Amino acid sequence: MATSSSDVRELLNRKYDAGFYTDIEQDQVPPGLNEAVVRLISAKKNEPNWMLEWRLRAFSRWQKMREPKWAHVHYPPIDFQALSYYSAPKSKKDGPQSLDDVDPKLLETYKKLGIPLEEQKMLAGVAVDVVFDSVSVHTTFKDKLAAAGVIFCSFSEAVREHPELVRKYLGSVVPQGDNYYAALNSAVFSDGSFVYIPKNTRCPMELSTYFRINAMNTGQFERTLVIADIGSYVSYLEGCTAPQRDENQLHAAVVELIALDDAEIKYSTVQNWYPGDEEGRGGIYNFVTKRGDCRGRNSKISWTQVETGSAITWKYPSCILKGENSVGEFYSVAVTHHRQQADTGTKMIHLGRNTRSTIISKGISAGHGQNAYRGLVRIAKSAENARNYTQCDSLLMGSQCGAHTFPYVEVRNASAKVEHEASTSKISEDQLFYLRSRGIRDEDAVNLIVNGFCKAVFKELPMEFAVEAQKLLNITLEGAIG
Amino acid sequence: MLKIENLHAEVDGKPILRGLNLTVLPGEVHAIMGPNGSGKSTLAYLIAGRPGYTVTQGSITYNGHDLLALAPEERAGEGVFLAFQYPVEIPGVNNVYMLKAAVNGIRKYRGLDEMGAVEFLKLVKAKTKAIGLPDGLLNRPVNQGFSGGEKKRNEIFQMSVLEPHLAILDETDSGLDIDALKVVADGVNRLRSPQRSFVVVTHYQRLLDYIVPDQVHVLARGQIVKSGTRELALELEARGYDWLSEDAA
Repeated sequence: MATSSSDVRELLNRKYDAGFYTDIEQDQVPPGLNEAVVRLISAKKNEPNWMLEWRLRAFSRWQKMREPKWAHVHYPPIDFQALSYYSAPKSKKDGPQSLDDVDPKLLETYKKLGIPLEEQKMLAGVAVDVVFDSVSVHTTFKDKLAAAGVIFCSFSEAVREHPELVRKYLGSVVPQGDNYYAALNSAVFSDGSFVYIPKNTRCPMELSTYFRINAMNTGQFERTLVIADIGSYVSYLEGCTAPQRDENQLHAAVVELIALDDAEIKYSTVQNWYPGDEEGRGGIYNFVTKRGDCRGRNSKISWTQVETGSAITWKYPSCILKGENSVGEFYSVAVTHHRQQADTGTKMIHLGRNTRSTIISKGISAGHGQNAYRGLVRIAKSAENARNYTQCDSLLMGSQCGAHTFPYVEVRNASAKVEHEASTSKISEDQLFYLRSRGIRDEDAVNLIVNGFCKAVFKELPMEFAVEAQKLLNITLEGAIG
Repeated sequence: MLKIENLHAEVDGKPILRGLNLTVLPGEVHAIMGPNGSGKSTLAYLIAGRPGYTVTQGSITYNGHDLLALAPEERAGEGVFLAFQYPVEIPGVNNVYMLKAAVNGIRKYRGLDEMGAVEFLKLVKAKTKAIGLPDGLLNRPVNQGFSGGEKKRNEIFQMSVLEPHLAILDETDSGLDIDALKVVADGVNRLRSPQRSFVVVTHYQRLLDYIVPDQVHVLARGQIVKSGTRELALELEARGYDWLSEDAA
């Protein structure tokens, strides 16, 4: 395990080859959003006309929409005209000039995670001129993927190189007008990733470490599209366990997954954006729309997320179970500490016959953290013999935090079987004392209990990430008790 | 080994112990008996260091150190073990995994290297067999869904793995049928050695048929009101506690 994660670190210390993103130097569009800005973004990326038209349609929709207010989160109103919609890659002048300018708490965390100094600088957004070896490990990855026929590239590249696929699938799972932030993203998305797995192909590796290198500069409006063709399989992992700083406070990403007949997509996320300080100053607003479409028979989409970062999280990775016998899964650990707020959960929309879904949600609240699970299980009339199992557990640490559960169940077919289990518990003094009396230090005892609570979700993560996620959770909750 | 002098302690401002004295030498087994509410469990918790119990006067000395100055995990590191009357359930935490964390927590405290997985599993296997712990309990979450007897047996199993110098058994016998009682007693007897001491808190004389104590003490209203040999336990069984309270008054 140690080896693999140090390999990852080594990888992270290398620069990625040009080609994964379009190099646009450091220009920045002045704050404000109007049609001209949308045109400018599209022009900067040398997009074909159809892409521009698509963005413009989204923009006009967005203008007619209102910000959703139903989530159990509170924040001052966002002035969308005060934001700059084209700033990646960041200007070196804006960021901290050296690690001395970075929040010491953040540095402490890096140290605990064992992140090398150079990488710390990258994560903290310090201007560094590092010379990297251009023949890096991930070039080898790229060859291997190409040999299997897998397309894995930046979204911009996909627009240029694979327009037929992008045009066919973009917006087919999350329509432009789906919600306020999805519409905004559709108009101004900066970049993101594109994956296509050809028929009957098992993607030869987890698209994880590779992605993590490239995740550094995806900017605030990320767009991801993953297509698993008939009989294919892919495991995709986004995110990074190390807390990342970003000057962009608002993140509104859209992820669309499409699984055709007998295809399977496993999508794992570790989200650790800057959560703000202990008083709730700063921190990222993470308003994300993620949805998977089990379009084909016997298809399967599985979401696993570990959400420890961001000041505010608003996110419901969902599955549309259209294909007969298709399967949707959602495994989630969401942690809120200090002043963090999370409203997260999933939607399982059963349309096809014999569709099945599983939801396992673990919410942990500490400090003044507020954690809400919001889930919808909808069994349509057409979904004969659909099944859902939902388990939704909350763990409270301390007496100032909150856990909230908003489960919605709509059943329109009498043959459905829907189970819902929920629990709320508190780490008790009794449990802590029991473990301590066995010789386990108090912090270790808390970790043991928390990791036990999350086990059902962690075991769904790719192995190397499960270990890191566990460590991350422990660090996130440090000082939460006692 | 253990020396308790003039111990006064309270919980939520309510005095429970009022001047308790007890000396346990290495290798000795002491039984503490007494009516409900006399402070038996409080004594056990005070030795193990449960938060929420305030010592207002007196001292607990363990191997010459001030035990009260140590955190619960440090006391475990020093070789103190408490078998709980009501072992708590910890969902999701594997029993063996917890025990490994405990073994290595104690080793770390003592400045020893951590025990590797292979060595640890070997140890566990040997102890499981000796205690007759059903294999199935090892990999279940700590105490979760265990029957009363299984919980107690698990406590004794943990004790046998951790090999404490001073073990406190808090009513480990309560709620056990005779077979389970024998298993528990057997586990204790197996660990008896000239260096290891036990304080056995119990309601019933019955346990002392199997774990033969060196001394029996009667705790009433926060004090030890009478001490004696095994015969005292038999007398208590026959006569109850009331006559002692009158004596003490």
